[in-house]
Amino acid sequence: MAVPTSSPVDLSAALVLGPTTFADWLVILPVAWCFAIGALLVMLRRPIGLHSIIAVAGLAGLVLIDALLLGHVATKGPVTMVMGRWLPPFGIAFTADLTGSLFALVAAIVALAGGIFSLADINDSGRRYGFYPFLMLLMAGVSGAFLTGDVFNLYVWFEVLLISSFGLLVLGSEPEQIDGTVKYGFLNLVATTLFLVATGYLYAVFGTLNMADIARKAEGLRGGAPLTTLTALYVLAFGMKAAAFPVNFWLPASYHTPRVVVSALFAGLLTKVGIYALIRVLVMLFPVEREELSFVMALAGALTMIVGVLGALAQTDFRRILGYLVVSGIGSMLAGIAVGGPGGIGGAIFYALHSMLVMTGLYFAAGIAARLGGDSSIATVSGLYRKNVAFAALTLMLCFAVSGLPPFSGFWPKVMLVKAALDIGAWWLAAALLLAGFCTVIATGRMFLLAYWRDDAAAADETVQLPSAVLAPLAALSLLPLGVGLYPEPLLATIQSAAAGLAEPSAYLNSVFPAGGLQ
Amino acid sequence: MKSVIFRTVAPFLTSLMTLFSIFVLLRGHNEPGGGFIGGLIAVSALAIYGIAHGVETVRRAIYFHPLAIAGAGLFAATVAGLISLFAHVPFMTGLWVYPSIFGVEIPLSTVMLFDTGVYLVVVGSISSVALSLEERGGE
Repeated sequence: MAVPTSSPVDLSAALVLGPTTFADWLVILPVAWCFAIGALLVMLRRPIGLHSIIAVAGLAGLVLIDALLLGHVATKGPVTMVMGRWLPPFGIAFTADLTGSLFALVAAIVALAGGIFSLADINDSGRRYGFYPFLMLLMAGVSGAFLTGDVFNLYVWFEVLLISSFGLLVLGSEPEQIDGTVKYGFLNLVATTLFLVATGYLYAVFGTLNMADIARKAEGLRGGAPLTTLTALYVLAFGMKAAAFPVNFWLPASYHTPRVVVSALFAGLLTKVGIYALIRVLVMLFPVEREELSFVMALAGALTMIVGVLGALAQTDFRRILGYLVVSGIGSMLAGIAVGGPGGIGGAIFYALHSMLVMTGLYFAAGIAARLGGDSSIATVSGLYRKNVAFAALTLMLCFAVSGLPPFSGFWPKVMLVKAALDIGAWWLAAALLLAGFCTVIATGRMFLLAYWRDDAAAADETVQLPSAVLAPLAALSLLPLGVGLYPEPLLATIQSAAAGLAEPSAYLNSVFPAGGLQ
Repeated sequence: MKSVIFRTVAPFLTSLMTLFSIFVLLRGHNEPGGGFIGGLIAVSALAIYGIAHGVETVRRAIYFHPLAIAGAGLFAATVAGLISLFAHVPFMTGLWVYPSIFGVEIPLSTVMLFDTGVYLVVVGSISSVALSLEERGGE
């Protein structure tokens, strides 16, 4: 097309010809926005003080964009934009449905909280080594993964967020950080390779990578193609990303080494991207194969829950305890995916959203506790309650929320999951869920009892003020679960229609291929 | 490096390679070439200059910090995609203009801007690696 053509060509066979409105742009805007801000921050090397201001404003903008997107999707149904105007399945599609935009919005909220928390946590050398650009690029990867409608593109966004997370992990370059990064990096690269192998296999079978196209072609191929093998490969790859048992050991080995805000963001975002991918591939693309693998996944989920929470009981380091609690939560989500149905999938989505908020909040609390107590072990830290009552109250709320006690957000997904498990007669899975919840109460209670309530004989009886940059994100992330727990109806209704949209993706397919589309 | 021949030839070689890298970048739209390979050629040019005259000279010569160049490239690539917002077409749709400069019609496009962005990202990031490796190996 280097020379303007004079003879008319029928473009409607290859291109999307309808005008694109601003509402359609909301699908791609979260990614483009993060890239633009991230690139701007990389360019601004000298005025390092501007970094935090631009990044926080950028993340606030991202929350706004994702909220607008969710509102649009909730009223109009899934939205699709195909890159470069090419018709799907040839152009790379970005499709936002309720599930994707819910995840994207909560991820943006978590990132904004992290951005504010980092004002007090990241020092000048961290800023100079690029904390804020990495954060923005990480969010580009995370948003892209939640909104893309193409399997290979999903792989690319995994890579983007993985590379940014390497950068964030080594920030500080201490020996134990490098040790943690090597473990994290190695296992994640293995998982990524598996993901790539599975995607190559998928392409060989289907001849397409567009998710909507795969979903509608799967029915016809089910007899002749080894779809169960393919699905099992995906389960292993995404399970590794999500830190499910028995491939969970990288998470507790690396999440306690980086800066507090980094491990908080990782705990909130990265494993949930794995869970999201698992939901997308298993529920929307391969529902029949999910059914076949259901028992294996339920078993893995139950073991992940129990192993995770036992690990949490055995640890004394704040962030190591939380690392195991992240793993335990992943088990609950896996159980939901294994059970399936509106209750199981809805419960898994709800649990993932809840876990994003609460785990990030808990890591913030762990960072503050380590700073107030002067150490990161609950064996030596004590008397935090006396030092700052408001902080202790917020932590207690988060502890309740993560254990699944009412009136916090953890309660409702647990109820949904237990009920869904009992409905299909998997009493052992329901028992594992309840046992894991009970042990989580003990694990967090032990942390609270030792570090907060135990009297510190040595220290003077004085309160310690905390800067609002530290307290505000913590308060936001503990009050939000309280709000959701007290008034869950709107979110619950949204999640239920999101789960229904995954199980019956005709609206999703219609948005990619309007009125039947090609073929 | 102390060799007089190398030190004399290096500036010419570097300018020639940089010119060639831009040629490869612009040629890339319809023929083999493009931003990535062009960027790599430009980095090799900088690396040769660095071996001959020292890393400091190169850093002074490119004026901006290599990573800032990479950031500018990423920004250019993003902007290339965002321009289509104003034309009411999807992200990353190629848009063309044909301005006439001194009577010669010059096709310009967002695709070219994107490719230039790729070029700058490659130049910035790889030269950042190359220069710091040379710095450590040299003295």
